[in-house]
Amino acid sequence: MRAIPIALALALALGATGAEANKVFVSNEKGNTVTVIDSDSWQVIDEFAAGNRPRGITISPDGTKLYVCASDDDTVRVFDTATHDELYTLPSGPDPELFVLNHSGNPLYIANEDDNLVTVVDTETHAVLAEIPVGVEPEGMAISPDGRVVVNTSETTNMAHFISTEDYQIHHNILVDQRPRYAEYTADGRKLYVSAEIGGTVSVIDIAEDGTPALVDTIRFDVPGVLPEWLQPVGIRVTSDGKWVFVALGPANRVAVIDAATDEVVDYILVGQRVWQMAFTPDEAFLITTNGNSNDVTVIDVARQKAVRSIQVGQQPWGVAVTPDGTPD
Amino acid sequence: MLRPICLLLAAALAVLSAGGAFALEVRVGVIRVDRPQLAPISRLEAWPRDLGFAGGRLADEDNATTGRFLGHAYITETEAVVPDAALAALDRMLGEGLRLFVVLGQADDLLALADRAGDGALVLNAGARETRLRDADCRANLLHVAPSEAMLADAVAEFAIWKKWTRWALISGSHPEDRAMAEAYRRAAAKFGAKIVEERVFEDTGGGRRTDTGHVLVQRQIPVFSEGMRDYDLVIAADASDVFAPYLPFHMWDPRPVMGAAGLRPVSFHAATEAWGATQFQRRFEALTGRQVREEDYQVWLALRVVGEAVTRTDSADPVALRDYMLGPGFELAAFKGQKVTFRDWNGQLRQPILLYDGRINVSVSPQEGFLHQRSPLDTLGLDAPESTCAAFR
Repeated sequence: MRAIPIALALALALGATGAEANKVFVSNEKGNTVTVIDSDSWQVIDEFAAGNRPRGITISPDGTKLYVCASDDDTVRVFDTATHDELYTLPSGPDPELFVLNHSGNPLYIANEDDNLVTVVDTETHAVLAEIPVGVEPEGMAISPDGRVVVNTSETTNMAHFISTEDYQIHHNILVDQRPRYAEYTADGRKLYVSAEIGGTVSVIDIAEDGTPALVDTIRFDVPGVLPEWLQPVGIRVTSDGKWVFVALGPANRVAVIDAATDEVVDYILVGQRVWQMAFTPDEAFLITTNGNSNDVTVIDVARQKAVRSIQVGQQPWGVAVTPDGTPD
Repeated sequence: MLRPICLLLAAALAVLSAGGAFALEVRVGVIRVDRPQLAPISRLEAWPRDLGFAGGRLADEDNATTGRFLGHAYITETEAVVPDAALAALDRMLGEGLRLFVVLGQADDLLALADRAGDGALVLNAGARETRLRDADCRANLLHVAPSEAMLADAVAEFAIWKKWTRWALISGSHPEDRAMAEAYRRAAAKFGAKIVEERVFEDTGGGRRTDTGHVLVQRQIPVFSEGMRDYDLVIAADASDVFAPYLPFHMWDPRPVMGAAGLRPVSFHAATEAWGATQFQRRFEALTGRQVREEDYQVWLALRVVGEAVTRTDSADPVALRDYMLGPGFELAAFKGQKVTFRDWNGQLRQPILLYDGRINVSVSPQEGFLHQRSPLDTLGLDAPESTCAAFR
């Protein structure tokens, strides 16, 4: 609690109100580390070993546990967010890349690229609860706000698979464009965005009352002076009011800002090189992007839609997660 | 080399798991035309018996996994034949009702098979590199998944120009395939502004491959062969059958890098590439086949994935409908090479990046930065629309 007066002073200085100090965890794919950044001072406060090829990264709802897909270790490593000590590992199946945690903190749904499976792991007993056959090269994972549906995208099958969290069956499949990498729901659960890295698009999927998904729009990108081939959408974040969608465009080194009401791109924010994933601070004042080829993260002021600073991290940053407010120190 | 026909029922599993009949059955014949050839120059490169077909098995699995969700079943029939038996194999498959074919063979094999298969069939070329198949000898029912000799030469040329190595010594073999390869490099030099300052021909005098301590002679012969050349930056080796090119690196009179048939080689794919998610492809292939992938395997895989993608999007197995979709603006496919691959609608060639491979790692990937084109940088590789004399696609 001792850091709070300083945090407040900094928050005021930055023009943010009511922000508390959060920890930003960045997985460094090549550096085999996780970098920790303080979201008030924007200083790097730690960097710790996180296994081989850490990529997907998420935090438990209570903020105490950090889950990291150590892809080359074929395991999920779990760390204490306060001490940064490794607590234990979870079985993940081979080469885990991305996962999503149930809103309750249990279970964890993991995409296994090599086995065309989604693995469901109990985060308390560490038991594998289910293995769900999906398309070829499962990658992106999302969970509906009501927790009833987990979405997986398969990169070679080019589908979003809608899996029931009750019976672990696929109830719907939607074809999207080439190499779908990431899926993200709006907070009301009525829309799902799916990025297609090679297709260069984001599919907009409407979710009906009864849960039936339908492809309703395709968002395309165009940046003057950037070859269309480099416009490769990866990570997606939607503001909780559902108004703005941010899409990381990979080697185009930009984050697209989309007006969710019209599905139109209104701006492109220049960030670091090969931008992969993004995370909001809990107050949504800032969006942090990982830039794989410039070894840094960019901090975007969400309200102003401007990049405000970049912070050097470890080698080839890939994923990012921020502790929720109220996380114990 | 005649092998018994084997049916790859990759779809069988899918049938069981889905527990129902499929609305659409997609049957493809893969024909490999085998010729007698010398043993490979390196025993690390022994020809696998399932060369090419192994890629087909993986594509069947990939297509079946997707097809399971859409009611599409894929059945692939494979046959390896000597050149004289290729048409009979095709006739038999046509008799069974097959109209989609993937062929690993040379240009003349492709032309004979495509002409016999006729307009109601579609043939995908997964092996032949002869540029003439994309030029004067093109066929409307023949699409090319394998890169052309011209694309491969241009891929090397762009890298050499990027390095500012513009003075080339061209050493070519005496076989017709070597001369075609040399011509592709002459064309690439003119296209990108390199100068061929010296040309030498290495005569193939025959003989076997396996000699104990053969390197002793090579170490003396190659320096003498390459002595006294005009000042050059780079050696381009045009040798389609490994007669001499593998001996050039380290043995040349002058210390210069070698590219083309040895040293830095342009390839469609190789077993070491991990960029753009290729690790998953490599692991799937190795788990299924117990060996590492070869270019022929990748090209057959890609050809069958082209079919699978077109079936997925059109919900049809009709060759004409599939061809129209493949050549149309809607077709695109992820191929583990960093950008979508699409077809040139003027000659049926698949646009694709070319990997530059030193035998262990990706050294670079062409097209190179800064080589621009009004349509796509990929069209800086190979015959562009105004250059191709192909009329069958108009």
